[in-house]
Amino acid sequence: MKQSSQSHSLLIRNGHLIDPVARVDALMDILLRDGQVSEIAPPNKIRSGADEKFDAKGLIVAPGFIDLHVHLREPGQNYKETIASGTAAAAAGGFTSVCCMPNTMPVLDSPEWVTWVRQPQRGAVVNVFPVGSATQASKGAVLTDFRALQRAGAVAVTDDGKPILNETTMRDALRSSAEINFPIVQHAEDTRLTQNCSMHEGPTSLRLGLRGMTDAAEAAIVDRDVQLAQQFSGARLHVAHLSTAEALTAVRRGKRNRARVTCEVTPHHFALTDSDVRDYDTNFKMNPPLRSASDREALLAALGDGTVDAIATDHAPHAPHEKVVEFERAAFGVTGLETALGLAITVLHGRQKMPLARIVELLTAGPARVVDLRGRGTLLRGSHADVTIFDPKKRWTFDAAKSRSKSHNTPFDGWQMTGKVVATIVAGRIVYRSS
Amino acid sequence: MSTTVRQRTTGQQPVTRSAIRGSVLGIEGMPMHEIDRLLQLARKMNPLKARPLLRGKRVLLLFYEPSTRTRASFEIAAKSLGAMTTLILSSGSSIEKGESLLDTAYTLRAVGADVIVVRHPNAGAPHLMARHLDIPVINAGDGMHEHPTQALLDAYTILRHKKKLNGLQVAIVGDLYHSRVARSAIHLFSKVGARITLCGPPELLPEISATLAPGLRISRSCEEAVRGADVVMVLRVQRERLAGLKLSLPDYISRYQITMTRLRLAKNDALLMHPGPIIRGLEITWDVADCPQSVIVEEVKNGVPLRMAVLARALGKA
Repeated sequence: MKQSSQSHSLLIRNGHLIDPVARVDALMDILLRDGQVSEIAPPNKIRSGADEKFDAKGLIVAPGFIDLHVHLREPGQNYKETIASGTAAAAAGGFTSVCCMPNTMPVLDSPEWVTWVRQPQRGAVVNVFPVGSATQASKGAVLTDFRALQRAGAVAVTDDGKPILNETTMRDALRSSAEINFPIVQHAEDTRLTQNCSMHEGPTSLRLGLRGMTDAAEAAIVDRDVQLAQQFSGARLHVAHLSTAEALTAVRRGKRNRARVTCEVTPHHFALTDSDVRDYDTNFKMNPPLRSASDREALLAALGDGTVDAIATDHAPHAPHEKVVEFERAAFGVTGLETALGLAITVLHGRQKMPLARIVELLTAGPARVVDLRGRGTLLRGSHADVTIFDPKKRWTFDAAKSRSKSHNTPFDGWQMTGKVVATIVAGRIVYRSS
Repeated sequence: MSTTVRQRTTGQQPVTRSAIRGSVLGIEGMPMHEIDRLLQLARKMNPLKARPLLRGKRVLLLFYEPSTRTRASFEIAAKSLGAMTTLILSSGSSIEKGESLLDTAYTLRAVGADVIVVRHPNAGAPHLMARHLDIPVINAGDGMHEHPTQALLDAYTILRHKKKLNGLQVAIVGDLYHSRVARSAIHLFSKVGARITLCGPPELLPEISATLAPGLRISRSCEEAVRGADVVMVLRVQRERLAGLKLSLPDYISRYQITMTRLRLAKNDALLMHPGPIIRGLEITWDVADCPQSVIVEEVKNGVPLRMAVLARALGKA
């Protein structure tokens, strides 16, 4: 992240500000000064001078997007991605903050590694908030020192890539979560039911001769975790990349019972279904897998009705030697940082008629609440000067070869989308500007 | 033919393309006229009196899984047409050292393969090769997905006994879930307009199997499925792929084994088929396997002319 001790100010003029927290959805000018939001006023009312001006006429100005779920692959797997390349992709996608997953080599299970990820020499161009490992080496057996990870700057813990399968371990994790107010992020998959599976179980997997993951494998864990979370007042459970209708039912039950349960949904799960897995294209292989059309319908409804708290990409870069192989042998995961906004506007706004303000909420205030990013996810005066400026009407075609990520394993290569990031501002400075 | 072994874009993923003409990846995507063409061509193929249509051609047989019939008949088919064949097995080759499927394919292309016949435990492996190669790829069985030449030779076999495939009543009994033969057969029989009944326990024949192709019927009663059938196709219970399924074999035998009593429910002139290998005493009784209606051995025999047709077509010689 670029830090500057020098005073700097940036005036964003004539833009349409959408800030769900401040309940603003109107033309506003914004003055950013010294890394903070300094002033917000109707057009041409800000009198203070600024070092730099940005004309946002015809554009939406929103709080900087926050991605709760990315794999930056450092330490240890920099052939797939680095913190520098991953955050450059994030900036191009409008994300000013990303939460990076701990399934690196080694796993982020110690305060030292959490600190390492946050060091300036990693070359991050957006804010990076590490998620620590919930158990040692993410083996699911012995819990890590949550408090130490929290102090080192981790915003949550998870064994992502794998579930915390053992019920006692999960109960202990949630108990600690309640004690120190720290979210447990669960990759909900009963792996006993998904051995050797490479896609969703349904007519397509049967036709392709691929072993399928039953949707029950996700729901079973979400269901159990929601019940466990209710046993400890204040325990915080966040369901990562939720993909099935049944799991949504469990989350709704938890929310109704006032449990602190949140969840995220990925763009690929709301844009695609299992029937899009064609010709064994491994860019359509991820975990959780693309689900049935009815699961997708349920996700769309839940994104609209508030059950879902955040859109998160699960950006999972992989090198060609891990992807250009037999489908069943290919690594799970797709990249997603640069296509999230385009897909959200194309699918959720364009086709589902979701208001832009709700999309902005799912990319900003929603995720900020899940991991308590104070002063982010909103542009209230005094907040961090993280801003995303986008053109909701711009039609463009995504070209994976031009991605800023080190890896190009995306199912959306060549997709025509509406809605494009124009500029990304972190701590008051422009870190990305579309050409 | 181009000598380009492989092309790469700027350090990214290898160039991909659609499969070269003549590739046989599956029945599902094969147009009806191509199926007809191959069946007609097979009729003209006689391994004992064949013209050396493929003289100077190199047929690479790449087998990642065990095979008796498919491998032998592809090899004999190729040699009967005058082609040179080389067999690569996963054991004893660089595959054991970790060479990837694509690199193996590029290597075989580099030594001069004109066509690659591949059997692989992973569904879609031939499709991956075909996307990256400039020579035809023939699927000799990919995981649980398809085994197109088996379905074609079965259709060919039926046509030696029946006037047409359209309208035939076909019962497919056994382990359909794990069977690539079943998937190819289902697509083929559906395309030609046969009436298909699938039969087996839910573990080996999930309800959603009815979605595999238009016009499928599912029955849990062997008697019901076989009654009045023109063709009874029996499939082996693939114990090696059961992976955690709890299936009681005695139960299976009592409900689904094809016995003479059950076979008698089919039409008098019904054909009894089995893609092999057969496990006598499990999915089929000893006497059924050898009964006059059984064409099990004939199927194997017909594999040769059918695969001659496929290879000739793949190499543009028919």
